[in-house]
Amino acid sequence: MQDFLSSLVSVAFHGLAYGMILYVISVGLSVTMGLMGFANLAHGVFAMAGGYVMLTAINSQGAPFPLAVAGAFVAVALGSMVLERLLYARLYTAGELEQVLFTIGLIFMAVAVARLIYGALPQPVHLPEYMKGQLRFLGRDFPTYRVFLILFSIAIAALLWFGVERTRWGAMVRAAVDNRAMAQSVGVNTTRLFTLTFSLGSGLAALGGALGADIIAIQPTYPFEHLVYFLIVVAVGGLGTLRGPFVAALLIGVADTACKYWIPELGAFFIFAATIGILLWRPGGLYGRAAT
Amino acid sequence: MTHSGGYVADPRFRAIEWLPWLLALLCFFVAPSYLPLGSYVLTMIIFALSLDLVVGYAGIITLGHSAYFGAGAYIAGIFAARVSTEPLTGLAISTVGAGLLGLLTGVVILRTRGLALLMLTLAITSLCLEFANKATGWTGGADGLGGFAIQPILGLFKFDLFGKTAYLYCLVFLFASWWLVRRMVYSPFGASLTGIRENDVRMNAVGAPVYMRLVVSYTISAALAGLAGALLTQTTQYVGLKVLGFELSGELLVMLILGGIGRIYGAFVGPLVYLLAQDYLAKQFPEYWYFGIGMILVLVVMFVRGGILGIVDAGIAKWRGASA
Amino acid sequence: MNIGKAAVLAAAIASLAIAVNASAQTIKVGVITTYSGPGAAQGDQLDKGFKLYLKLNADKLPAGVKVEPVFRDDTGANPDAARRLAQELIVRDKVQFLTGVVWTPNAAAIAPLTAEAKVPFVIANAAGVTIPLASPYVARVSFTLWQASYPLGQWAAKKFKRAYTVVSDFAPGHEAEEGFIKGFKEGGGQIIGSARVPMTATDFIPYMQRVKDAKPDVLFAFNPAGKQATAQMKAYADLGMQKTGIKYVGPGDITTDEELQNMGDAALGVLTVHHYSAAATRPANKAFVAAYKKEYGEKLNPGFMAVGAWDAMDLIFQLIRDQKGKIEPDKTMELVKKYKTANSPRGQIVIDPETRDVMQNEYLREVRKVGGALANVEIETVGTLIKDPWKVFNKKK
Repeated sequence: MQDFLSSLVSVAFHGLAYGMILYVISVGLSVTMGLMGFANLAHGVFAMAGGYVMLTAINSQGAPFPLAVAGAFVAVALGSMVLERLLYARLYTAGELEQVLFTIGLIFMAVAVARLIYGALPQPVHLPEYMKGQLRFLGRDFPTYRVFLILFSIAIAALLWFGVERTRWGAMVRAAVDNRAMAQSVGVNTTRLFTLTFSLGSGLAALGGALGADIIAIQPTYPFEHLVYFLIVVAVGGLGTLRGPFVAALLIGVADTACKYWIPELGAFFIFAATIGILLWRPGGLYGRAAT
Repeated sequence: MTHSGGYVADPRFRAIEWLPWLLALLCFFVAPSYLPLGSYVLTMIIFALSLDLVVGYAGIITLGHSAYFGAGAYIAGIFAARVSTEPLTGLAISTVGAGLLGLLTGVVILRTRGLALLMLTLAITSLCLEFANKATGWTGGADGLGGFAIQPILGLFKFDLFGKTAYLYCLVFLFASWWLVRRMVYSPFGASLTGIRENDVRMNAVGAPVYMRLVVSYTISAALAGLAGALLTQTTQYVGLKVLGFELSGELLVMLILGGIGRIYGAFVGPLVYLLAQDYLAKQFPEYWYFGIGMILVLVVMFVRGGILGIVDAGIAKWRGASA
Repeated sequence: MNIGKAAVLAAAIASLAIAVNASAQTIKVGVITTYSGPGAAQGDQLDKGFKLYLKLNADKLPAGVKVEPVFRDDTGANPDAARRLAQELIVRDKVQFLTGVVWTPNAAAIAPLTAEAKVPFVIANAAGVTIPLASPYVARVSFTLWQASYPLGQWAAKKFKRAYTVVSDFAPGHEAEEGFIKGFKEGGGQIIGSARVPMTATDFIPYMQRVKDAKPDVLFAFNPAGKQATAQMKAYADLGMQKTGIKYVGPGDITTDEELQNMGDAALGVLTVHHYSAAATRPANKAFVAAYKKEYGEKLNPGFMAVGAWDAMDLIFQLIRDQKGKIEPDKTMELVKKYKTANSPRGQIVIDPETRDVMQNEYLREVRKVGGALANVEIETVGTLIKDPWKVFNKKK
């Protein structure tokens, strides 16, 4: 019994850490897909870019960890703003198919560029000393860094919730998600709103990629390898909400960890089966509006 | 959606439609050393045709078509490894098997649309992949399934090292698939599919059995994909997990869109250009061919919607306009 | 649309029609490795090993004979693509040797083809134990997992009682697991648990937490060299498993020299058995490592795959010299069976005439700090010119 309880704690803890990283990376995708109706398969590129920026800052510039993480957020948010203005914005009115093709093209290019600059090996992650080791509470050891990840991601989730529910920008986003034409006609500058939201979402992905570099290794094929998981979080959670991806990411993180812990023979089987089940039950996702 | 293709009232063959077949035969004699690549291209054209039927005509956007391709490939492999290495029986069983899988999954998932449908297709192929990965006793898991030698076709034509038999074998089945797909899309059934793609609500309103039509076309498409998968297994005599990966679905979608969707021949041009470019770029710059492919994709989307055949259409229209 | 399609097809045919004519004195060697996809890091090792050998040894061929490598990308563990590439190399490029191949499934798919085409195939890495049995034209200079894992199991049984195994879920992983368990059990040890991890896994914490909670004395791990090995090592450190007295052991794939620096101090004290370490002090190895660093940068260490590629090319060069540039497949395979060298970076190697598989020394190594950097320090030779144990145990009766 004692053993079972302790394994339960293990699974919950590690599942939470993994789920929170998935959330931070995917929430931006959920918002942009909900807001702009853009099927951005290349979202993982921003997460990867964030990871590379942070690791370059630490490994070759010797930047302190917090600064490197902030740098990843800012650099990718700005970079994605340029990309949005130059390329993405032209495709808002295009069909889903064109968007899929375009973003797959972006992934291909990003993969090649990452390989050209950084080589095929995953980048080494050097955490600062104070992030290493274990913390001891409730009679168990917990890896310090993962405790930090969980707390930090929860803080981000709270901040996002506040931003969307309590600020003027949030109100505009919600209005535009509900009815873009109406929002536009009452004077919301949707073009600017899209750009800002897109760059915020990409910045968050970068943040997730950077913070999660220790869990999901940063290497050139990153955007392809993890795309399925990002998409599952978004689809299971439902488009254009904050709560949806949060719950979905936790669900996936914990379920995936539990499977690996207790029944490693099953692999990712359960995740996909659960995804199919949930989507058949609620095609719009857990918190999405009813499917149309 | 910016489709330009769809139902055409006049089903008669135009002379130009025989050109691909002439060229394919010409290749056989002119470029014998390219036949292994050629067989692969032909297989992918069948696969792309099957995808065109659901994406281009029925408007079902899927990232999971490799589930059926892979199912066909694995059924053919398991059949050859355990039951018989007779190729035609294996091919028939694989086609039917993949079609059944298409029917079963189609009945369930085609009630949804949009993102949910896209994700369901993705999840189904991922599920199949996990299954093949774990059922090592049958599939060999990550090590793949091989060690069988396919018998000569009809006891007469041995699969040779140069890939001559394989090429003609694929060509024959491509011709049959093309015939079938062409007949379908030029029929009233094809017309109703195009109608569903353009506006399913209205099609429902005029009393068309939308859901049934979708299921039927999805099943046929899955069977064709299974045929392509089985051809790949039989011509390479090996099956690996990648046939079930969603990357393959994505790549195929890219090929199809590159060629131009909803017009049958886009499924011919897309895989041909994509795979030849890949063959060439991968040789010149083995490390960075991805960049070239990515660049082409972005440029196509930015400047020439409708794919390569879209460019050609525009070119012809302009030329006619200028000369008129 | 029709004119354009015709043009496209015509262009395609034109490009197809350009046949490649090799001059009699140019020997084409088809090299299949991995440049894209998740396995690109491993493929890169092979690529570097081949190119370094070709660059430094061009003058060691008979006068007028040239070797022209033809590189191809198999994009990872992708057997059908690999088989097609091999077929094209044989049919289109008319290569006289095939070599390379990181992945066992790929080599297994290529092997039967070489029997039909009579093209000698020198495996530079793929370690699946049965591959050379599939065709008389296959030889291997790399290793098998049994070669390292079985002696490791025997050795570990002398020090530890309870073992847990965590390996990648594909043939080499299974072979490493079987080899270790057989050796460990024969020595009187007990296996308290085993897990097989998918090849796509990136986060090992859940699996390793399970191991930690089971409290073994020793953890045997195998991953295909590269990022999975790093991820598992990291999980070992993050969970503080060293503190709880769980020793980390495995074949050398888990601490490959090219990846070791990325693992950080977590790797200190890890024990492995393997045939190659960049830190080995043999003169041949010192020269090799120096040449490698000169070519690719001071920071990069060659790993065992680069050595596999180097030795594969050395074997091919030897075969070309022996036949003075006129390659006959059957004679080549006879010569293969006589190949031995004392000058491989890993020491002495011999091709076993019976199985065409490599025989080599296996060393017990510990990860230590040497001059501020991590290194696999060889502390003991656990076997001299070991034959693949699996083939010894499973001899055809």
